[in-house]
Amino acid sequence: MYKVWMKFSFIWQEKQNVPNSMKQFYHFIVKEFYHIFRDRKTLFILLGMPMVQIIIFGFALTNEVKNTKITIINQSEGASAARLVQKIESSRYFELYSQSTDAAQIDRLFKKGAVKIALVIPNDFDPSIVNQNKGQLQIIADATDPNVATALTNYLSVIVQDFQKELNSNNTIPYKMDVEARMMYNPQLKGAYNFVPGVMAMVLLLVCTMMTALTVVREKELGNMEILLASPINPIKIILAKAVPYLLLSIINITTILLLSYFVLDVPINGNLFLLYAESILFIMVSLGLGLLISAGTDSQQSAMFISLVAMFLPTVMFSGFIFPIENMPLPLRIISNFIPAKWFFIIVKSVMIKGVGLKLIWKETLILTCMMLFFFGMAIKKFKIRLA
Amino acid sequence: MHNKAIIVDKLSKQFGDFKAVDEISFEVAKGEIFGFLGANGAGKTTAMKMLCGLSMPTSGNAMVAGFDVYKDNESIKKNIGYMSQKFSLYEDLTVRENIKFYAGIYGIASAVIVEKTKQLLLQLNLEKEADLLVGQLPLGWKQKLAFSVAIFHEPQIVFLDEPTGGVDPITRREFWNLIYDAAAAGITIFVTTHYMDEAEYCNRVSIMVDGKVEALDTPANLKQQFNVQSMDEVFLHLARKAKRTE
Amino acid sequence: MAKLNSNHKAIIVDKVVKSYVNGKKKTIALDQISFEVAAGSLFGLIGPDGAGKTSLFRILTSLLLPDEGTVMVDGLNVQTEYKTLRQRIGYMPGKFSLYQDLTIQENIEFFASLFGTTFEENYDLIKDLYIQIAPFKDRRAGKLSGGMKQKLALCCALIHRPTILFLDEPTTGVDAVSRKEFWEMLQLLKAEGITIVVSTPYMDEATLCDQVALIQEGKILGIDTPEHIIEGFDKAIYAIKSPNMLQLLKLLEKDPAIEHVYPFGEFHHMVMKQKEVVITIPEDAVMHKIRPNIEDVFIDLMRSHA
Repeated sequence: MYKVWMKFSFIWQEKQNVPNSMKQFYHFIVKEFYHIFRDRKTLFILLGMPMVQIIIFGFALTNEVKNTKITIINQSEGASAARLVQKIESSRYFELYSQSTDAAQIDRLFKKGAVKIALVIPNDFDPSIVNQNKGQLQIIADATDPNVATALTNYLSVIVQDFQKELNSNNTIPYKMDVEARMMYNPQLKGAYNFVPGVMAMVLLLVCTMMTALTVVREKELGNMEILLASPINPIKIILAKAVPYLLLSIINITTILLLSYFVLDVPINGNLFLLYAESILFIMVSLGLGLLISAGTDSQQSAMFISLVAMFLPTVMFSGFIFPIENMPLPLRIISNFIPAKWFFIIVKSVMIKGVGLKLIWKETLILTCMMLFFFGMAIKKFKIRLA
Repeated sequence: MHNKAIIVDKLSKQFGDFKAVDEISFEVAKGEIFGFLGANGAGKTTAMKMLCGLSMPTSGNAMVAGFDVYKDNESIKKNIGYMSQKFSLYEDLTVRENIKFYAGIYGIASAVIVEKTKQLLLQLNLEKEADLLVGQLPLGWKQKLAFSVAIFHEPQIVFLDEPTGGVDPITRREFWNLIYDAAAAGITIFVTTHYMDEAEYCNRVSIMVDGKVEALDTPANLKQQFNVQSMDEVFLHLARKAKRTE
Repeated sequence: MAKLNSNHKAIIVDKVVKSYVNGKKKTIALDQISFEVAAGSLFGLIGPDGAGKTSLFRILTSLLLPDEGTVMVDGLNVQTEYKTLRQRIGYMPGKFSLYQDLTIQENIEFFASLFGTTFEENYDLIKDLYIQIAPFKDRRAGKLSGGMKQKLALCCALIHRPTILFLDEPTTGVDAVSRKEFWEMLQLLKAEGITIVVSTPYMDEATLCDQVALIQEGKILGIDTPEHIIEGFDKAIYAIKSPNMLQLLKLLEKDPAIEHVYPFGEFHHMVMKQKEVVITIPEDAVMHKIRPNIEDVFIDLMRSHA
C-alpha cells in the first residue's frame, strides 16, 4: 500500500513540474544567449566570418582567368602571326606582358614570376600556313600550380582555335564540323557557383559543430556541469538549450551568405528559397548533433576544438567536392567522402540554388542527411551522462 | 644594505582610482623567514608580483636581491624562485622531467642537474617515484617537490604563495622542515599563508590591510602588542578593520 | 518503521566503496565508508586534499555511483531516486566558478530557474547573504573578489531552499576573516533547519561542526562530536617552547620517551609514550600539559593508521 502511494506521489510530482519544465528550458536558452552576446569578439567573428569568406573566395581565390599576363615569343614576321598576337592581346583573358624573339626570355620571366604562360610563334609560322595549310605553335605554361596551368592553356587554346576558324572562313573546305559547347547553369564558368555552396557548408559546420562543442565543454571546465547535473534539469534539455542559439545564429549566417552571393557575386537562386532554407536547417542540425557528440566525449576546450577542426573541418574541405572534385579521387577516398555530411549538403545546395531542382531530385541526399542527424543526436544524448564519468 | 634581501620603500600600485598597494615599506634580512599575511584582496598578490619583477610599480622603490624592480627585473627573475599552489609543476611530465625542465630554464649545466637531481630525490625520498608522472603523486608530495624545484637553482630569495593550502597536517610540517633547511642554507623565504599557526613559524610577520602594511614584527611581539594569545587573534583584530570589499 | 528512521537521519552511508582505474593503476578513493548524519545538523568532513572528500560528495549528490554499498540521502536512494533527490539538495562543488560572464543577479536567477523557482520566492532564506553582495548585483561574477564569489556561490546553492546543503571545501584559499564569516553564515542556515555537510582541510574549523568525520586516504579515522573526539585522545600531550625552536625540535626528536613531536604555532607539541613520564628538557625551555585539539588528534590518528 505504502509503495503504491509512493509511486503515485512520484508521478504526481513529475506532472507538477511540467509547466516549470518549459520555463527552465527557456531560462537556459536565455543564459546561452548571454554567453554569446557578451563574448563580443567571438560573436563578431561568427557573424563576420561568412562575409569575409564570401569576399575572399569571390574576389581573390578564383580559378577564373582574367587579364593574365602572357609573354609572346614571336619569331615570325608575317601578317598571320601579327593578327594572332593582336587577337590574344584584345581578349579579356590575357594581357600582353612582353613580346620578343628570344625564347630564352621565357625561362627568365617564369622564374621572376612575371608571367605564367608563354606562346611561341616559330619563324616558319606564316609561310607554313600559306604553303602547307598547317601551322605550329607552342604553348609553354608554368605548371608549378597545375590547375592554373591547365586553365590557362585551355583558354589560350580556345583563342587559337577561334583564330584558326577565322582563317578557314576564307577558304572553302569540303565539309566541316562545328562543335559548340554549352556550359549549362553556369554559362560564364563562374567559380562562385561552386564555392558559395562550399562556403555555406564550411561556415555552418564551423559555427555549429565547433561552437556547440566548445560551449558544452566550457561548462565542464568551469566545474558548473557538476551543479547542472546535481540539479533537476534533464540533461537532454541542457543539450538542446545549448544548440538553439547556434541554430538561430546559423540561419542569420545563411541569409548573409545568400544575400552577398546574390547581390555581390551575381549567383542566382534558381530553386525554391524555402527548400534551400529547409535543407540548410537540416544540415545545421547535423552539424549541431555532431558538435554535441564531440562535446560528450571530451573534457577540455582544447581537445574539443582540435577534434572539430581535424575530424570535421578538414574532411569537409577535402571531401565535399567543393575544392577537389570527388570524381577524380581514388575509390577508397570516394567511399570515405560518402560519410562526410558536407558532401551531401554541397550537392543539395548546388542542385537547388544553381540548377533550380525540387525536392523530387534530391530526396536521396536529404534522406541521408536526416539519418545522419538522427544518428548524431541519438548518440550525443546517449553518450551524455546523467552522472559524472 | 648587504644583509638585506629585500628593501621596499613606499611601494605603490594603482589601477585607475584603486590603490591596490598603498605605500608599503619594509625590509627582509638575508636568510629570514618572512610571513606576508593579509585578507583576500588586501593587495598581497599585487605586491608580490611587483617584487618578482612581473609588474611595474606605480611609485616608490624596491630592491630585490640587490636589483631594482624598475630596471633590473630580468636579473631579479634569475635570482629568485617562485612557487604557488596554483602554478607549480607539469602534471603530465614525470618528476625527473619536471626537475630537468626547470633547471634547464635557469641554464644549469647538465652534469650539475644530474648530480643535484639525485640528491634531491634522495632528500625527498622520491627515488622510486622519479619516473612517475607528477599528476599521480599525492598533493603534499607535489608541493614538497615544487618547493625543491623552486630553489633548485639556489636563488637568493624564494617567494611562496600559499604553498601548503589543502595539505595534510603531517606533510604540512614536513614542508616547513624544508623551508627551515632552505633558510639555514641562506635562502630568504617570503611566504603567504592562511594557516595562522604557520605564521608562528616565521621570523617576522607583516599583515596587510586595504593595501597598507598594518603590522610588522616577530609573532611574539605582535601578540604582546595586541595583548592576545595567538596570531589568529592578531590577524582577526587587524583584518576585521578592513573596509575594502573590492 | 523504515520511514521513521529516515526522518531522523538526513544521510545514511553504508559500506561505500569507490575506486578509480587510471591506466593500470587502481586507486581506492573510498574504502568501506559508513556514517550517518542527523537531520538539521552541521556535519564536517575533515581531511587533506586527496582524502576522498570530493568523491564522497559526488556520491552523496548522485553524481557518481558507488562501486559497493548503499547511500540514502533525505530518505532517497541516490542510485534509483536521483531525480527527486536532485530537486531537494543544494551543492557547491570545490572547483566551480559560476558563470563569469553573467552578473550576480543573473547567476542567482539562472540557478533559481534550474530548480523551477524564482529569486523572489526564496529571498528570505538568502537575504542575509544577498544584502552583502547586493550593491554589486549588476557586476559580472568574473569581476568579483574571492570572498564575494563565495557568497554568491552560496546564494546560488541555496536559492531553491534545499533540505540538505553540500559544500565541498568552501573555505579553501580563503582568509581567516572571511572563513569566520562563512561559518557564522552556516550556523544561521542550520537554524533554518537545513542539514549541512561541509568539507574542509582546515582542522580548526572542525570545532564549529556538530559532528565531524576525520578522513584520510579514503578511510574514516574517527567520527564523533568534536568534544568526544578530543576527549577520546588518551595520551599525554605537552606544549613546549624555548628561544631556539629548531634546535629544541631536533633534540626532542631523539628522546625515546616521546612518541612524536612536531611544531604547532609558537610551541612544539609532544605526545608521550606513557602517561606519567619525566623527560629532561633544556633549561631555557618552558613546558606545560595541554588539552589536545583536533589537529593533534588527526596527526595521531594518521600516524597510527600509516
